[in-house]
This record gives sequence, C-alpha cells and structure tokens, in this order.
Amino acid sequence: MKNNAADKFILFSLRFITYAIVLVVGYILFDIIKNGAPALNWQFVSTFPRRSGAEGGIFPAIVGTLYLVVGTIAVSLPLGVGGAIYLAEYADQGRFNTLIRLAIITLAGVPSIVFGLFGLGLFVLFCGFGPSILAGSLTLACMVLPTIIVASEESLRAVPKGFRDASLALGATKWEMIRTNILPYSLSGMITGSILGIGRAAGETAPILLTVAAFYLPRLPKSFFDQVMALPYHLYILATQHPEADRIRHMQYGTALVLLLLVLGLSLGAILIRTHFRKKFRW
Amino acid sequence: MSRSRKLHITDKLMRLLLVSAASTSVLIVCLIFLFLFKEAGPFAFKPGLEKLLDSQWIPVSFQEEHFGVGPLLSGSALVTALAMLVTVPISVLVAIYIAEIARPAEREFLKPFIEILASIPSVVLGFFGLLVVAPLVKTLFGLSTGLTALTGALLLSLMAIPTIISLSEDALVSVPYALKNASLALGASHLQTIFRVTLPAALPGIVAAVMLGIGRVIGETMAVLMVTGNSAILTFSPLASVRTMTATIAAEMGEVPFGSIHYQALFWIGIILLGITFALNIIAQRVLKKYGMMK
Amino acid sequence: MVEQSIYPKDLEMVITTNQVNFFYGLTQALFDISLLIPAKHVTALIGPSGCGKSTFLRCLNRMNDTIPHSRVEGEISINQKDIYAPGTDVVELRKEVGMVFQKSNPFPKSIFDNVAYGPRIHGEKNPKRLAEIVEHSLQQAAIWDEVKDRLHANAMGLSGGQQQRLCIARALAVGPRILLMDEPASALDPKATMRIEDLIGELRTNYTIVIVTHNMQQAARVSDYTAFFYEGQLIECDATPKIFTNPRQKQTEDYITGRFG
Repeated sequence: MKNNAADKFILFSLRFITYAIVLVVGYILFDIIKNGAPALNWQFVSTFPRRSGAEGGIFPAIVGTLYLVVGTIAVSLPLGVGGAIYLAEYADQGRFNTLIRLAIITLAGVPSIVFGLFGLGLFVLFCGFGPSILAGSLTLACMVLPTIIVASEESLRAVPKGFRDASLALGATKWEMIRTNILPYSLSGMITGSILGIGRAAGETAPILLTVAAFYLPRLPKSFFDQVMALPYHLYILATQHPEADRIRHMQYGTALVLLLLVLGLSLGAILIRTHFRKKFRW
Repeated sequence: MSRSRKLHITDKLMRLLLVSAASTSVLIVCLIFLFLFKEAGPFAFKPGLEKLLDSQWIPVSFQEEHFGVGPLLSGSALVTALAMLVTVPISVLVAIYIAEIARPAEREFLKPFIEILASIPSVVLGFFGLLVVAPLVKTLFGLSTGLTALTGALLLSLMAIPTIISLSEDALVSVPYALKNASLALGASHLQTIFRVTLPAALPGIVAAVMLGIGRVIGETMAVLMVTGNSAILTFSPLASVRTMTATIAAEMGEVPFGSIHYQALFWIGIILLGITFALNIIAQRVLKKYGMMK
Repeated sequence: MVEQSIYPKDLEMVITTNQVNFFYGLTQALFDISLLIPAKHVTALIGPSGCGKSTFLRCLNRMNDTIPHSRVEGEISINQKDIYAPGTDVVELRKEVGMVFQKSNPFPKSIFDNVAYGPRIHGEKNPKRLAEIVEHSLQQAAIWDEVKDRLHANAMGLSGGQQQRLCIARALAVGPRILLMDEPASALDPKATMRIEDLIGELRTNYTIVIVTHNMQQAARVSDYTAFFYEGQLIECDATPKIFTNPRQKQTEDYITGRFG
C-alpha cells in the first residue's frame, strides 16, 4: 500500500469531520432538550399565555400550528397527489409536461419569505381574506406542493410497469387501473411525502409572518378567517422582541422543544409508516 | 351498456381533474410573479427604479429616505459567501465519507443525523444561534456583540450542509462501478480512486448540489434575522453586523403602511430574491441534465 | 401476402388483419401485414429480435394504445368487427382478447385476488361466483392442485413457472376466447417451459391462441400455423410442419436453419 501514513491521516480527517457534525447536531438537540424539558409540563401545553407569554402556557400556539397544518394538507395533498398521478401516468403532452416540471422546480426554490409576500399580496389583500388561517394555509400549501408532488411521483414510478400492462390487458380503464392497481401500492410513499411536507409547514415562520400569525390572542380562533398563534412565530417573538426576553429563557426553550418534538415526531412517523408498508408490499 | 359508459365517463372526468391539479403548480408560479409585480409596480414610476441603486438603505427617516438595495445585497452576499466557505468543504468531505468509506452500519447511524439536521426548523436554529453561537463568537473575537455576519453564516451552513451532503452523496453513488473498478484494477488505492476518479466524475452533480445549497442559503430568513445584527451597511467584514435581503423584508414588513413606497420597495427586494434563486435553480438543473447525459 | 389456400376451406378465421402498418412516431415498425388467425388453433409468430412480432401481437388487443405517438393503419378485425373503428370499446375488446406477458407479473396480492381481479373490475361482486370463476380458471391453467390449499397466500411466493401459470389463469378468468402470449416461457427453466407448452396444447381445444416466440423448436412443438416476421414484414405463413420442413421463401429457410437471428 502506498503512502500509508498519508492515507490514514486523510481517513482520520474525514471521519473526524463527519463525527464533528454529528456532535454538533447532537449538541443542538441536547441543548434544547436540556433547557426545554424543565419547562415542559401539562400546564405548559394546555394553558394560555399570561403576561404576554412570560408566564403560563403555549396552548393556543400549539392549536394554531395544528390548524395551519390541517389546512395546508387539506389543500396541498389533493393537488399534489393529483399532479403527481398526472405526471407519472398520463403526461402525454410533451410541452405541457416540461412546463409543469419547470413550475415545480421553480416553486421548490422560492424563498419562504417570498411566499410570505405572495400570500400577502394574493390571499390577504387581493382575495380579501385578511390575515387568517385561510391565507396562511393556502400560502403554506403553495410552499409544500413541490415536496408532495415529487415524493408522490417517485412512489408512483416505483410501481413496476408490469402491473399497468397486466391490468389494462385484463380490461381495466386507465383510471380503474390507477385506482385499483397502482394507488394502493404507492400510498405509503405519498403519505411519507405528505408528512415531510407537514413537518416543513409546521416549522416555517416566514410565510406565516405576513399572512396569519399573531402573537397574543386571548381566545382560540373561531373560524378560518381568524388569525392564530403559531409555535414558530411565538418562539421568534419571545426570543427577540419580548421586553423580558432575558428572563424567560425557560419559556423560549420550552416552545422550541415542543416545536422540535412536533417536527421530529412527524419525521419519525413518516419513516415508521414507510417501513411498515415496505414490509407489506414486496415485489 | 350503462356500466361501460359510466366507466368511460369517470375515466375522462378523472383525467380532467388530474390535469387541473397538475396545472395548479404552473398557475401558482404565474400568480407569484404577477402579485409580486403588482404590489411592487408603482415604485417603478414614483420614485423610480434607479432609487434601488442608492448606496444606502434608510427607508424611514426624518430627512431623506433611501431605498438602495446595495447594502442588503452585500449583506446577503457576505453571509452566503462565508456560509459556503464553511459548508462546501465540510459537506463534500462528509458526503465522501458516507458514500465511500463508512460501513453500512455506520451509514444507517449517520444518515438519520443528517436528516434530523435538515428537519430542524430555522427559527429553532436561529434561537440556538442567538443563545449559544452568538456569545461564542463574541468571546472568541472580543466583540461588543455576537450578532454578526459570521454567526449568521455558521447557522446557515448548518442548514445547507444536509442539502449538499445528500445531493453530493447521490452524485458520488451514481458514479458507475466500472470506473471505480478500472482504477482499482490499475493498482490505485481506495482513497486514490475516490479523489482521482470518483470525485471528478461526480463533480457536476456536486456543483449542482452547491448551487441549490446557495439558493437555500440566500433564501433563508429567520436564522439570519435573529443573529446577524440587522444593520444595513455595506461591508466585507465577517465580524460586522449586517442585514440580509430576507431579514429586511421580514423585519420591516410588519410595520410598514400598506401601499407606501417603503412597502413597494420591500416587494422589489422580494422580486430580486426570486430572480436570484430562480436563476440558480435553472443553472443547477442545466448542470444536472448535462451530468445525466454524461453518464 | 398470405394466401387463404394454406388453410382448409371451412376453417373459421377469428382474426383477420389486412394491410396493417404500424408507426412509433415517425418510425415504421410494421409494413403491410395481412395475416389470418384461425379459431381454436395455435398460431406462432417467429422471427429475430426487433422484427415486429410483439408489436403486431400488441395491436390485436390494442395494448399499443398505451404508447404515446403510436399509430395503426389498415384493418384489424376480430369476429368480423374492426377493432380500430372509432367508438370501439377497448375494455370489451380486452375482455374478449386476453394477454400473457413475457415476464410474469402477478400483483402483490393473494392468489385468489389475482385471479379475481379481472372479474371484479368487470363488475362481478358475488363471492360464490367469484370463487367458482377462480377455481375454474386455476384448473384450466393446470395449477389448481398446487395452490388450492393456499388461495389466500401472497402470489409473490410462487415459483417463476407457477407465477406464469397464475397469470394465465388470471387472463382466462375474464372469459376471453382469444389468448395472446408474448414469449410466455422465455424467462422460465426447461421444466417449467414444458409445463407451459403442455398447457397450451390443452387450452387450444377451447381457445384461439397466438404465441410470439423466439424459440423455433417451441413454435414447431406447440403451433398449428407459423408466421415468420422479418424487419416488420410478414415473409411467410404456413402450416407449421410445412414451414419447418419446406419453406417457400429463402429468408424463412435461412432463419430456420440458423443462418441469422
């Protein structure tokens, strides 16, 4: 072996850098968990904030985030899955397809704050929804749409071609073939993709900054047209604009931890679903 | 036959629905451009686009307002450049380790960590940056505040690293076995093969990954908003406080009167951001496409 | 190109094709194919790779429709009806004309659900009738005895040969009278191949079979009539014994004796 010492050094450095990153990630998690855990108790997640968030709980922020997530998925899932089915199974118009793909790539690259501006201009102002769950969900839906389409299309394409041929040859119409012989097997991939999309939607601040988020709402929202509190925005305000920011670290850490647990929990759920379905349908 | 007719009608209907669903992505992109320009438009006439070329960004002032995006562009550029300086070497080296050197068991352990890093919300990272990284930078360099471009860059690299690692890893893994085998058969060591054959072959994919990473970094809002200090000045010093384009929009939009010139200027910043990320995306796709053909 | 005289006078033709031309976009793959397929006999399509035999086969149940930019010219009639006439119900066509593919493609469902898939999508819901259809089809495909005790086991657990016979049962379950087979045994070992060939012999009493094969000995073993395709053209079609011992065209003779392909 030539240059054994040099090789060993390079290997060592590569390993070192890699595990340094692992350590950094680990430390971030550790820091948040260590400082946030003490704040986590039943009161924290189930009561309203008092004194502008310096005391009390973050219940409305959790509820708000959940509302936004549900709203986002309700809009983006059908559109995303539908678009993916079209791209994977129909897609016979060359130019139109290229256009759609270009649109998806473009959407995937739009900065989150620009989505916020877009949501403000279209949903809040032009459509007249005002800052509301509706405006926020629609904006977030636009943002996660590419993620859902890409994940869904991948899971559709993973279904072997033979299934389609066999199904059609037995006399199924195209939609019947898709419904009975492709969707059931690609469902898990679509669910995984959607959950990842939800995770992103739950954690984003910039798009909701301008379209829905409020900091201190005394009541829970009553309709889609209400504003709402949300975890990411709550954390942001608590940490940067609260007059007592220095003294309410535990509230901030608690909020950060809840948000982190939510997002990581969703990712974990997605992975578990994927593994479960992988075992069920093998081909 | 009624059943058959029903089936065919359903078939046609579903096709229509699916086409509509697919078209929404195109529709949304058009709407984004449309509405950004709609809100920003009037600025072009009064006071005129050349105002964006001013050297200062002082949108609220008792004397004269300036809407020069220069300082903001430089803020974004500085932070991005610093971030990339840190990110690219680290990401590529880690990608090499994961793709070429790590044992399968190690890989199963490492990949989730990268995914976790990718899923951490930016506001949480910003918060961590505020409480841990900023004081660190402050003590390390003896500054009056830890809210600097450097701090922002460090956080941004944490966000870009997972993206670039996973895309670079894909690129490395797709290098055909035939090339690696040929090199090994000629007597090269595993490491020599990696650096002389695999890495160059994967370069287009890695370059595309970096471009997408840059796009992600330029577009990031919350983390930089919380830690870069928010002072809109033109500077090249990593230890200075700066303001990025994204942070400007996020910070000032909340208090700006609707339809005012300041409001429109903020939308223009959005348009510039969109243009930059769009261009980066297209170039990255071109590179990826060319790479696909090279296989 | 094909003379009626090679067939006995009163033989019923279930498929007639006349001057069929097929295009993939701008590339022409079939040139003026005029071929007759007699009822309840086995017709084999042979020829080297890329000669168009599979393409022709897929025209018969309009599976080529799934290929974008494909085009058929000429006439293909099944039971005296032009299957490319506008307004033709392709779903009904595919009930009448079944297909078995080269690579067996059972669905990752139970054996029962695989065979019942066809009848179910055509509207059959009665569980008793479905069970009857499944049993009958599996018997016809000579696999009933092997699977009757595990109808609800996953079909992916069967061997290659069993999967292919399952696919045949699945195709039979929708009640076709014509069966198209695209190199059904090419992915199987010799023993499984033999079982498929035996099965074809049994099926021919009730079904019209068109089989594409690149294995000439197989064509000689199982078919009554053989059509030789070359570069998109039908070179010769004749009774199997005759075409293999005394072909009329030199190209046919060259192919059969192994000079090319």
